Amino acid sequence: MTTASSPDHPTRRDFLFVATGSVAAVGAAAALVPLVLQMNPDASTIAAGAPIEVDLTPIAEGQDIKVFWRGKPIFVSHRTKKQIEDARNVTVASLPDPESDDARVKPGKDQWLVVIGICTHLGCIPIAHEGQYDGFFCPCHGSVYDTSGRIRSGPAPTNLPVPPYQFVSDTKIQIG
Amino acid sequence: MSGPSDYQPTNPALKWIERRLPILGLMHSSFVAYPTPRNLNYWWTFGAILSMMLALQIVTGVIMAMHYTPHVDMAFKSVESIVRDVNYGWLLRNMHASGASMFFIAVYIHMFRGLYYGSYKEPREILWILGVIIYLLMMATGFMGYVLPWGQMSFWGDTVITNLFSAIPYVGDSIVTLLWGGYSVGNPTLNRFFSLHYLLPFVIAGVVVLHVWALHVAGQNNPAGVEPKTEKDTVPFTPYATMKDAFGVSCFLLFFAWFIFYMPNYLGDAENYIPANPGVTPAHIVPEWYYLPFYAILRSIPDKLAGVVAMFGAILILAFLPWLDSAKTKSSKYRPLAKQFFWIFVVVCLLLGWLGGKPAEGIYVIAGRVLTFCYFAYFLIVLPVLSRIETPRPVPNSIADDVLAKTGSKSTPMVSSVIALAVAGALFAGSVQDARAAEGQEIPPSQKWSFAGPFGTFDRGALQRGLKVYKEVCASCHSLSYVAFRNLADAGGPGFSPAQAAAFAAEYQIKDGPNDAGDMFERPGRPADYFPSPFPNEQAARAANGGAYPPDLSLINKARSYPRGFPMFIVDLFTQFQEQGPNYVSALMQGYVETPPAGFALPEGSYYNKYFPGHAIKMPNPLSDGQVTYDDGSPATVAQYSKDVTTFLMWTAEPHMEARKKLGLQVFVFLILLTGLLYFTKKKIWADAH
Repeated sequence: MTTASSPDHPTRRDFLFVATGSVAAVGAAAALVPLVLQMNPDASTIAAGAPIEVDLTPIAEGQDIKVFWRGKPIFVSHRTKKQIEDARNVTVASLPDPESDDARVKPGKDQWLVVIGICTHLGCIPIAHEGQYDGFFCPCHGSVYDTSGRIRSGPAPTNLPVPPYQFVSDTKIQIG
Repeated sequence: MSGPSDYQPTNPALKWIERRLPILGLMHSSFVAYPTPRNLNYWWTFGAILSMMLALQIVTGVIMAMHYTPHVDMAFKSVESIVRDVNYGWLLRNMHASGASMFFIAVYIHMFRGLYYGSYKEPREILWILGVIIYLLMMATGFMGYVLPWGQMSFWGDTVITNLFSAIPYVGDSIVTLLWGGYSVGNPTLNRFFSLHYLLPFVIAGVVVLHVWALHVAGQNNPAGVEPKTEKDTVPFTPYATMKDAFGVSCFLLFFAWFIFYMPNYLGDAENYIPANPGVTPAHIVPEWYYLPFYAILRSIPDKLAGVVAMFGAILILAFLPWLDSAKTKSSKYRPLAKQFFWIFVVVCLLLGWLGGKPAEGIYVIAGRVLTFCYFAYFLIVLPVLSRIETPRPVPNSIADDVLAKTGSKSTPMVSSVIALAVAGALFAGSVQDARAAEGQEIPPSQKWSFAGPFGTFDRGALQRGLKVYKEVCASCHSLSYVAFRNLADAGGPGFSPAQAAAFAAEYQIKDGPNDAGDMFERPGRPADYFPSPFPNEQAARAANGGAYPPDLSLINKARSYPRGFPMFIVDLFTQFQEQGPNYVSALMQGYVETPPAGFALPEGSYYNKYFPGHAIKMPNPLSDGQVTYDDGSPATVAQYSKDVTTFLMWTAEPHMEARKKLGLQVFVFLILLTGLLYFTKKKIWADAH
């Protein structure tokens, strides 16, 4: 029998071993898929993350409410004229995360600010109407956001994100 | 694990590690260089199979614990949400639940192998006793795991088994209270069982390490039962035993996959798809098949304490086997009498298992006593006597001689015994169904279902029509709590689009709240909502239905069954017949008889149904021709309604059935390929060893 193999002359025996090893490896890798993917959100969690509707009528000017969407607090603020002006009277380029107030609200709905109320530093919930800009102040590590939810000082790197939302009527928004 | 290693790594990094922690040397000497007798047959691969099963059970179990809620109000529902909502949850659950049975099948073969070849004899006594400890731990773990889904059998199995301890004189009741953590089986019991069910597998793993350690000190026994003397008698563990084990494991996985993908409920009990109800005991309490022989021993003794003692004694006696059988010859191959008695003992065990699934009455009780006597007689009379009077045949001089003598005579006995064992095992498992020998119930006719068989799929039209029948007829009394509107748009379901499912949901009013004022309110349903129940609670349902509680229909097709009888349940294993539930539900819809047979006393407020156990059902005949209008031209008959609604309810019970069978086919193609490759690889490797 000439089964002695060398790198130049692979034998049928080598082929068999490599084939068996490869098939076994593919099987082991495929078996890992369900074991890992089970950790992703399950179907009921995904279904529960469907868009929600928020009625704006009870929110008076200068007030804000906190609603939950996908387990995240969403701040809906009814801004005063002064708060809107404060947000617009800044040089956008001078901000840590430059973004104009226009880009953070819906056109013609300047008074409504909708942001995800999670500090972009390490995930604490900032307090509304606090801090030197009358926006949001995060008590954990002292990040200060303005009336547009933009980061002005402190360790947070970016502005409070605006969730996907739209006005379904003048007094109702759908988040998600 | 067998003395100092001669393993010398050349890589400097490995050298550095090896000098500080010689773990590579340990691995090398235990699983590479370790000399293994060259005449081992495939019965010896069950050690590797068991190791794999333990690892699989731990992996799938740890994963399921991520999704399971050990609380009496949520356990059943959380298991259902694992199966329905978690990604691949149905697969993991099937693997874990059938895995328990596979684990026991493998351990029984492993134990009988040890028994036949005398693997418990000097110097392997401690190895054997460690095995008995592992077996006891497995039984405890399996039992506690069976409690966790909190179905009817979980609850009543728990009640019966914990009550065994009440047989202990003086302190029995206190011990039972201690086990329960209450005045009855309840939430504290479930919580501690979950904790222990998580802990014990790791204890098993620890004892397995000791078991393997002891094995590697004494060396493996072998079919000849003579110890290796020269190097010619052994081959290195790797690649020889490794490849043989890999082939054995792969074959076992094929067997395992049959149950995971095609017969997930064959080894289970339909009763356990009914949520635990502390007020109603199922008519036939049967433990899982792997406890049946001991259950039979328990029941055959008329005294409570003696029964419990006999049952535990039947297991503990195994630990004394090395001293009960003092014959010098190990392998039964060379012990003509012991060999015969061994097979008689196997049959006794199987028959005891069969009896364990039978009702404890009449001839069964007598047979149980006779067989219990036989069981103990094997250990206490047969083996001690045989070891004194039997003249063994001469054993081979060495393992090498044994191998030489065998070349030529191929191992056909192995194949036939595997077949015999498979049939016996099926008989055993099927006897569980037998136990429900239904009194006063006619067997429903078998119908043709689109979802039956390995390639079965749901008939979309039937699912949609069935949904209509449920909504217009059944829903006035029966809930469908485990099904959400969004499921209607799931793959493998009735084929709604997400928009259709949302529109369907919006037709329902769902109670929500509290709102900002603290009030509950109603709103239109959303896809994420579940089908609302017609009654706010069980009491209201009973009050409106003459005292009967209309069961939730989500799982009804898996929660109803009937005995198939011998030999059909063995045939079922191969034909994948598992449509008892649908046959029954569909027959029940059509089984109403206006005038009960003469002599049948129909209770007030009941109706006569041919297929309902006991015949007196509180539900009036729900269907009549023309009751529901079909848009697709299907006949508006009771027969068609029954068929459609049953198909729909099969989907609600098993929403991922199509995905399961599809993945099953892929897994089978893969496993057959892998098994084939492993077979030829193993053959090549062993070619120069024979």
